[in-house]
Amino acid sequence: MPKRSDLETILILGSGPIVIGQACEFDYSATQGCKALKEEGYRLVLLNSNPATVMTDPELSDRTYIEPMTLEVAQGIIALEKPQAILPTLGGQTALNLAMELHKSGVLDRERVEMIGSNPTVIEVAESRERFRAAMTEWGLDIPVSGLASSVEEALEAAERSGFPAIVRPSFTLGGSGGGVAFNREELKELAWRGLTVSPIGQILVEQSLIGWKELELEMIRDLADNAIIVCGIENVDPMGVHTGDSVTVAPIQTLTDVEYQAMRDDSLKVARAVGLNGGCNIQFAISPTTGRRVVIEMNPRVSRSSALASKATGFPIARVAAKLAVGYTLGELKNGITGKSACFEPALDYCVVKAPRFNFEKFAGASQTLGLEMRAVGETMALGGNFREALQKALRGLETGRLSLECREIASIKPEERLEWLKRHLVTPEPDRLAQLYEALKLGLTLEEAKSLTGLDPWFIGQLMEIWATEKFIAGPLADSLAKGETPLAESWIKVKSQGFSDLRIAKIVRAARPGPEITPAKIKALRLAAGVRPHFRQVDTCAGEFAAETPYYYSSFDSPSVPPEPKLKDPGETGPKKVMILGGGPNRIGQGIEFDYCCVKACQAFDAIGCATIMVNSNPETVSTDYDAVGRLYFEPVTFEDVLAVVEEEKPDGVIVQLGGQTPLNLAQELKDAGVPIWGTAPEAIFQAEDRKGWNDLVSRLSLKQPPSGMAPDIESACVIAERVGYPVIVRPSFVLGGRAMKIIHRPTELRDYLSGLSLSGMALGVDNPILVDKFLDDAVEVDVDAVADGEKVVIAAIMEHIERAGVHSGDSCCSIPPFTLSEAIQKEIRLETEKLGLALGVKGLMNIQFAVAKGVVYVLEANPRASRTAPFVSKATGKPLIQTAARIMAGSSLDELGFTEPFGQGYYAVKEAVLPWNRFSGVEVDLGPEMRSTGEVMGLDDNFGLAFLKAQAAAGMTIPRSGDIVLTVSDRDKEALVPLARNLVGLGFTIHATPGTRDVLAASGVPCQKIEKINAPRPNLIDFLLDGKAVLLVNTVSDPTSITEASRIRWAAIRRGVSMITTMASLTAAVEGLREMKIKEGRDQRWRLSPLQTYHGQAMGE
Amino acid sequence: MTGEAVKLTKAALTLDDGTVFPGLAVGPLIEAEGEVIFITAMSGYQEVLTDPSYHGQIVVFTTAHIGNYGTNPAVDQAAKVQAAGAIFHEIWRPSVDHWLSNNDLPEYMANNRLVSLTGVDTRALTLHLREKGSRNGYIGPFNPDPQVALTRAQNIPSMSGLDLASSVSSPTVYSLKGAAPKDGQPNFQVAVLDLGIKRSILDQLRAHHLDLTVWPAKTPPERILAENPHGLFLPNGPGDPAPLDYAIKTATAFLGRLPVFGICLGHQVMALASGAKTYKLPFGHHGLNHPVVDSQTGRVWITSQNHGFAVDPTTLPSGLKPSLWNINDQTLEGLEWTDKPAFSVQFHPEASPGPHDSLALFERFHQMLKAHHHA
Repeated sequence: MPKRSDLETILILGSGPIVIGQACEFDYSATQGCKALKEEGYRLVLLNSNPATVMTDPELSDRTYIEPMTLEVAQGIIALEKPQAILPTLGGQTALNLAMELHKSGVLDRERVEMIGSNPTVIEVAESRERFRAAMTEWGLDIPVSGLASSVEEALEAAERSGFPAIVRPSFTLGGSGGGVAFNREELKELAWRGLTVSPIGQILVEQSLIGWKELELEMIRDLADNAIIVCGIENVDPMGVHTGDSVTVAPIQTLTDVEYQAMRDDSLKVARAVGLNGGCNIQFAISPTTGRRVVIEMNPRVSRSSALASKATGFPIARVAAKLAVGYTLGELKNGITGKSACFEPALDYCVVKAPRFNFEKFAGASQTLGLEMRAVGETMALGGNFREALQKALRGLETGRLSLECREIASIKPEERLEWLKRHLVTPEPDRLAQLYEALKLGLTLEEAKSLTGLDPWFIGQLMEIWATEKFIAGPLADSLAKGETPLAESWIKVKSQGFSDLRIAKIVRAARPGPEITPAKIKALRLAAGVRPHFRQVDTCAGEFAAETPYYYSSFDSPSVPPEPKLKDPGETGPKKVMILGGGPNRIGQGIEFDYCCVKACQAFDAIGCATIMVNSNPETVSTDYDAVGRLYFEPVTFEDVLAVVEEEKPDGVIVQLGGQTPLNLAQELKDAGVPIWGTAPEAIFQAEDRKGWNDLVSRLSLKQPPSGMAPDIESACVIAERVGYPVIVRPSFVLGGRAMKIIHRPTELRDYLSGLSLSGMALGVDNPILVDKFLDDAVEVDVDAVADGEKVVIAAIMEHIERAGVHSGDSCCSIPPFTLSEAIQKEIRLETEKLGLALGVKGLMNIQFAVAKGVVYVLEANPRASRTAPFVSKATGKPLIQTAARIMAGSSLDELGFTEPFGQGYYAVKEAVLPWNRFSGVEVDLGPEMRSTGEVMGLDDNFGLAFLKAQAAAGMTIPRSGDIVLTVSDRDKEALVPLARNLVGLGFTIHATPGTRDVLAASGVPCQKIEKINAPRPNLIDFLLDGKAVLLVNTVSDPTSITEASRIRWAAIRRGVSMITTMASLTAAVEGLREMKIKEGRDQRWRLSPLQTYHGQAMGE
Repeated sequence: MTGEAVKLTKAALTLDDGTVFPGLAVGPLIEAEGEVIFITAMSGYQEVLTDPSYHGQIVVFTTAHIGNYGTNPAVDQAAKVQAAGAIFHEIWRPSVDHWLSNNDLPEYMANNRLVSLTGVDTRALTLHLREKGSRNGYIGPFNPDPQVALTRAQNIPSMSGLDLASSVSSPTVYSLKGAAPKDGQPNFQVAVLDLGIKRSILDQLRAHHLDLTVWPAKTPPERILAENPHGLFLPNGPGDPAPLDYAIKTATAFLGRLPVFGICLGHQVMALASGAKTYKLPFGHHGLNHPVVDSQTGRVWITSQNHGFAVDPTTLPSGLKPSLWNINDQTLEGLEWTDKPAFSVQFHPEASPGPHDSLALFERFHQMLKAHHHA
């Protein structure tokens, strides 16, 4: 069927902020979808609250709304833009849920908007546990024994049928949120209560446990003519019991026979038909390893994290095809861009793809590290290799966890004779480093049978680890011997080792451990293997295992190919023509380094592309737009490590390599690459080092006569205490060279400092001369300011000054901020500009830079400068409409700011507020407080003419909608009590009913603010915890001034989180909220709503149009 | 490979164009010769190795890992291994633990005297075959004098014009009962001319309530007709259809008289019997992911394929209508006889290995038999 001509405008829903379980894979999908529909000539309207995405670039859609993804907003946009169709299948669960709300509230019918890509019936059947079960049974598909429950009692009844252990799965939640395994009735009660709370419809499924069964996923596409294909089968190395997002997974499926695979394929077609799918979906199966019984676990009627992975693993663009199907095409009509053949085929792989999850547990002290049904990974890497072992080791080293592949560091602190027992204990419960633990245990003599019974892993995977171990023994034995004798091993030996995925770094380490003696460095290893002619081959990802000639610019390296493969090569630009530029991506997402940097990489690629440069992208993150071979010139899907990057450099010989866009990961490689003779474009690595190295930085600041808080650098505990005394408490401390405020803390007294420092060494961050601790005076009650600027070595242009809403001490990534500043005076802003210019010129910045300032009592202090793309670069681009990153890219290629005509934005005329989104709900029991260690996973933006309204929008977009009226709980620290009075008075005036704990209430009552008393936390019950848990409050305002009270405060905050009550934890936010609410009231008085304009309109306004 | 010692000997595949691909011979046997073709299937190695259509061929598996789930006699497609040799990127033995496996692949191959190489750069080999076309090759000891191996490779007869089907056919006639009759109707009796039939085709025919008499390839058609079957099935088989005059004769005798259904080689034989011509494809179709479109409805099936020859659509006489096409290279995939109860497909609806999208063709044959019987 040809494309539909009855549609003109299509509303596409994005997925909102990055949260655990819903990350930038949906930016990848929706970006691809937008491009696919754009080329069909449709008018596109996009809604997404996340400014860090590529999809919210104004040139990608006709109308781009960066607004809260709420019913009210979506309804408003539909009224304004009059789309004929809404496409909700590219924006994850958020988009699907919003579309269903629009459907159920009658908006779609009323406005005659058709849901395409999926329809309400399909979504209902797939998402409602009850209807899905019924549909599966009707089509003769096997499903686990289960029962639905809407109350704890019903859950207990259901468990009578399913037996224990029982799985709890809340309906309509994301990434297994709220799910878990109950081993007894008490655990079930707890889990059921939690699951019922988080399910938007208050329903859970209690299901027979299939722990230990094989877990498989099929990514399929079906069109309305019932043509269907399986794009990719994915096998979880970790069996059932660990969320697939937290599992190491492999494609193609390794341990199923063709009979099993085809039967599962048949089932998946039935599932798709039963549900009536049109587009892409993901179907999950469990197969008993002992009987072969196969059950359907679930299906997602939309593109997913797995489909992004499948697209990258196979080269098949699922989202693009799904978007085309949504507007009426059938599969047979579409082409596979890679081979030029039909898109209606099933990719064949002649390599192995391994995905490994990245965790950030270290940021959530107190959270359990056991992996289960709730996803906790914050990112992932994918690697392609000639065999499973090569792919696995590449994926693991790409994770950048500080370990070189399968290294189990924890056992270093265990007595050697106790290690195996320790490992056995840990292997029973899945933990983040499970494969490394298993590997270590196998080294210590764990048998295959034991390994199988402890972990449930298929012996095929265990055997693969044993094979890696055999290779490690070869390295430590014959190879080390030969090197010790000064011999030059033959090519055969090197291929044997390298084809198993060992990096030169790891080989050198193993050799050194085995034969202490002459220093064997990674460089030496490389030189020796090159001398033997052993280098990686770059193979093309062609979707068809070599059957057809392909022209994709998509490659991966492998040593597992002894002969030089006749892979097609791309034409390089001519000698005199435009240049060849290589951009290093950021690797796996993690807290502190995520989608923002991917945005920067993609925008730079576009900018280089526009001036005719050949662009080469190196990255290992399958969720991203930058690893879409269609979005970049040439893609090398490789770990972003020195060895892997250099190999690509040697293959491609680029004119320039860009390290400043992918976050800290590529930046950390800058000096090493430069030393290896790689041409680094943009700011010199030496300048980067100067900004990061404390001594270099101090020298620079004093040379420029700038002010910074007094500080010192300590190699041990004693000197740290001395420095702290000298600069005066409170101090802010952190290890050097960390990202995202890792382990950064504000310390108020010496005992606290000692505890902190000994805690650091326990967690493996030992202090020393090479790893000193930084101790800075903490500026209490200061306003923090971020500045993003572009410089060309001669001139610095400030793109934006961002004023933080929270006071100093909250990591800039976690704090809310506003463009333009909302309290800073002109004079202060001028000073900030001046200092930014000085620093930019002094560092010789060519490209982007970000500087953080603190303003205390009218004095500007500079805190740090980062001569690289910042986390805020996309936010600034969206807020101001200025081509910040594109300009930086052009500068790195040799242009100047003047040539490019890049000037400071003027008279923006509206406010853009960025708010962070925190993953508390995934880390049960941790302290809930913002601090200097970054913990947010994503961000949203609120735009409005008024600062308060922009703030309210940002809150709503972050899922913390500030209610307009109702019962609120106020419990603030002593030092905030006075400041609370006028705000509370305002709140009462706005129609809120205040419930305050005794201390807070006394102050309010004394000032005549009407409020009701509520018992405080440790008082006899019912107290405020019960009040919150009973769902009686619509908002919690809770502040603390002293870290000692945070444990108690966290209990209160957890009650709010569990009940989904919005929460404000700083006076600054409360002030902004009250301002917004007042403005809202005024607007409502005039019968107006908050502003709803597309980004294109805002940007026109900023440009003075 | 580690684990229990399987003898691995340095060996090599030498193509008749002189290209050499080194590898390790698995087990004691290291010499084989045949036409070298590649298959992109990611599962079903045992089904492939036992499929008589691969008789005389050296099969290159492009998938990275082979042998992961061991072997299971239930999926054998014939009584013995049929391929002349197998080339793997990596064969796995040490930790096979599938609940249905009773033997790992190296042992299975040793028991079946199949010659194989592992550790071969199968991607380089595949790209070579794709560019230069399928060609003959010789697996032999790693020989410092390449000329010896090359001569061996060059002396292998070309597959074109060779009758391989009769050598894999059953020497004797035998009968197989179909699934218990349904609706109280007796099963139809179908004659199968064995050109190298896969067990899964027999299974599918029987599952569709057909009682089968399987005849040796060279049985004269009169002999078969004398048993009064309700229809004829022409199966898959190895090699070139053109020299199979006996099978063409049988097809001619049945076409127009009784319902005929042909798969793969059987499809080609039926086309030849009707006056069309066949030709050799550059590197054939061997895989489980070939999209086939029904030119009438636009409906696409993902099919299992294994053939080196194809029917030339420009040579179709009147009365023969092309019905299905390969979307990848627009080769002919299915034929309809407009005035006779007959149809045929180039691909394998019985799969094994492969997807089951087109399984309904067996039901169609059953319906055709029924319609003809009651007409």
